[in-house]
Amino acid sequence: MTDATFLLDGEEVPFQPGQTVIQAALSAGRYIPHLCYHPEFKPHGSCKVCTVKADGRLVASCTLPAQAGMAVESDSDEVNDLRRTLVQMLFAEGNHFCPSCEKSGNCTLQALGYDLGVMTAGFRHFFPDRPVDASHPDILLDFNRCILCELCVRASCEVDGKCVFALSGRGLTKHLVVNAESGLLADTDVALTDKAMEVCPVGVILKKRVGFAQPIGQRRYDPQPISAQALRDAPRTADGAGKCTACEGKE
Amino acid sequence: MTLQLETAPHPETLRRVAIEPISRVEGHGKVTLLIDEDNHVRQARLHIVEFRGFEKFVQGRPFWEIPVMVQRLCGICPVSHHLAASKAMDQIVGVDHLTPTAEKLRRLMHYGQILQSHALHFFHLSSPDLLFGFGSEVARRNIVGVAAAHPDVAKQGVLLRKYGQEVIRVTAGKRVHGTSSVPGGVNKNLSSEERDHLLKDIYPIIAWSREAVALARRLFEQDLERYNSFGRFDAHSLCLIRADGAMDLYHGGLRARTVDGKTLFDHENYDHYWEHIHEEVKSWSYMKFPFFRELGPEAGWYRVGPLTRVSQCDFIPTPFADHERRDFLAFDGGNAAGATLGYHWARMIEMLHAAEMIKELLHDDDLLGQDLLVTGERRERGVGMIEAPRGTLIHHYRVDENDLVVRANLIVSTTHNNQAMNEAIRRVASQYLDGQTLTEGLLNHIEVAVRAFDPCLSCATHALGKMPLELELLGPDGALLDRLGTAP
Repeated sequence: MTDATFLLDGEEVPFQPGQTVIQAALSAGRYIPHLCYHPEFKPHGSCKVCTVKADGRLVASCTLPAQAGMAVESDSDEVNDLRRTLVQMLFAEGNHFCPSCEKSGNCTLQALGYDLGVMTAGFRHFFPDRPVDASHPDILLDFNRCILCELCVRASCEVDGKCVFALSGRGLTKHLVVNAESGLLADTDVALTDKAMEVCPVGVILKKRVGFAQPIGQRRYDPQPISAQALRDAPRTADGAGKCTACEGKE
Repeated sequence: MTLQLETAPHPETLRRVAIEPISRVEGHGKVTLLIDEDNHVRQARLHIVEFRGFEKFVQGRPFWEIPVMVQRLCGICPVSHHLAASKAMDQIVGVDHLTPTAEKLRRLMHYGQILQSHALHFFHLSSPDLLFGFGSEVARRNIVGVAAAHPDVAKQGVLLRKYGQEVIRVTAGKRVHGTSSVPGGVNKNLSSEERDHLLKDIYPIIAWSREAVALARRLFEQDLERYNSFGRFDAHSLCLIRADGAMDLYHGGLRARTVDGKTLFDHENYDHYWEHIHEEVKSWSYMKFPFFRELGPEAGWYRVGPLTRVSQCDFIPTPFADHERRDFLAFDGGNAAGATLGYHWARMIEMLHAAEMIKELLHDDDLLGQDLLVTGERRERGVGMIEAPRGTLIHHYRVDENDLVVRANLIVSTTHNNQAMNEAIRRVASQYLDGQTLTEGLLNHIEVAVRAFDPCLSCATHALGKMPLELELLGPDGALLDRLGTAP
């Protein structure tokens, strides 16, 4: 135990050596909006939704080691405006049609949109053409909703040891691919019990034929906003993240 | 007489009057009239001018998503699409019979919708015409005017609709666009608290529905000659019917009767509806023209909706509504049951039936049951049919082995009534407009005829539009001669 603290929006937050700002904040019951950060996986720092202003500098709090005396600004108009813009860009980049999406009510992106007060699209939609992969008998991949968080990539490699998913392409053409000669999910060894099936924050990786089984009112974000839900999940840490046996020696 | 008004022989010599958009209906449509130099109407058409194409973009989507996706066709009676698509998807997952809890919960949702949609149509959209007169002052001819002149009528209309919406919220999860009906059943039952919540208000709802039927009858009686003849025409009929001949708005076999009362087919399994119903396309409207295959496109068009259901069923299985049905059929020697404005009266009888059915269902403990879902053997094709507030609604899908929709065909109530609505406006054009100098009040007569069918033009073409009234009078060269009303 140490007595080290940093200031988050003017209030002291204690931290353990090696903790990032978001880990310390969540452990202390303080919510910082985030999307690609997951307490069971090593920080990734790609979506930037957890951006804070630390000692005057904008930086992703999931990759920022906590330091004693640091002054962190999170719940301010300036930072929230930036986060809102990031979320709007994610909505514009894919095909996120919440009204008919079975992930509605359980979707982290949608919940963040509500939490950050996204009232309009903000940007012209790209409307990309992304066919679904329905080849697997039990699992549907709807690429329209992918936000490139790589949680499925990390889960499949680090926990499942299968590396079923990967990102391909660069910049605007970056997209999720399936690790099979045919490119089809049916030709992988993915299984319903895989960790990769659990972690998708949006509606890309779906168990078939069970959409809308949960009534409105009982979905994850129906009773509580995402800020409260995230704190409920917070005590877990990234220490237990495993290593992908399938990837060993390939990097 | 009026069929010739569909297409004038020399349109280039005629001046064109457009009622665009038609107001106080759901969706976006227009009526065009071609008029000669002596103000005689030579052509009258109802056009549906927008297109959305749900049948195309549901292709490639997983089948379990469809009941939620397609209800976005409409904000007034989305439950109809939710349930018709669910019934089709029941077949896709190999289910022919739901659990009692699932079927009764869906029925309760449906009757909630019938109640709210019929209340909306009668009170909010049509009562201004009926209470003030078809050609009355336009500034007053709206629901705000009704609230000022007839506060009790307006209040009951609002509260009836509110109750129907509340039934939908409790059963579907949301007042508009809920998600509870899923392939093979439902995702929720009713808690005893929810049931008691709905039960506490149902008796005044039934009482107000009875008053609404009485009001519709009174309006008809007060202006009998006009109500009997306004836009009147004879037509074949189509509706779903229960096995014992009772009105059943959720499920049944197809009953089709010709103008002269002969049965064309009865208790026909709707799974093969295409053996009887075909669609024709005309170049001037995005809405198709369905017809009975047995009679051909010229003579085979028909009428659906409240007027048809109330007049063609053998009985209504709730006491107050059936009493009203008998009165309606006996009224003036049966004349009201064939009148275009008889739709309003029949609609209120159905609203009363829906209120009675809600009461009956709320006293059924099956609604509190836990057995919600059934599964079966996957099938390739599913057809779902339901009697939506405006009439018979058909959803038809084919799903591939990967669970994706590859084909969809939707024939909505307003589409069935396409030719009938055109027929009604041609009658009215002949009866009231022919040889007259056109005024806003006279042109509203055309809209009154369209409104009697409670058309949902959004659903019919899967389109959505704003509904202010704008009338333009154009000369033969297309020059604007006059404009009435306001557009935003």
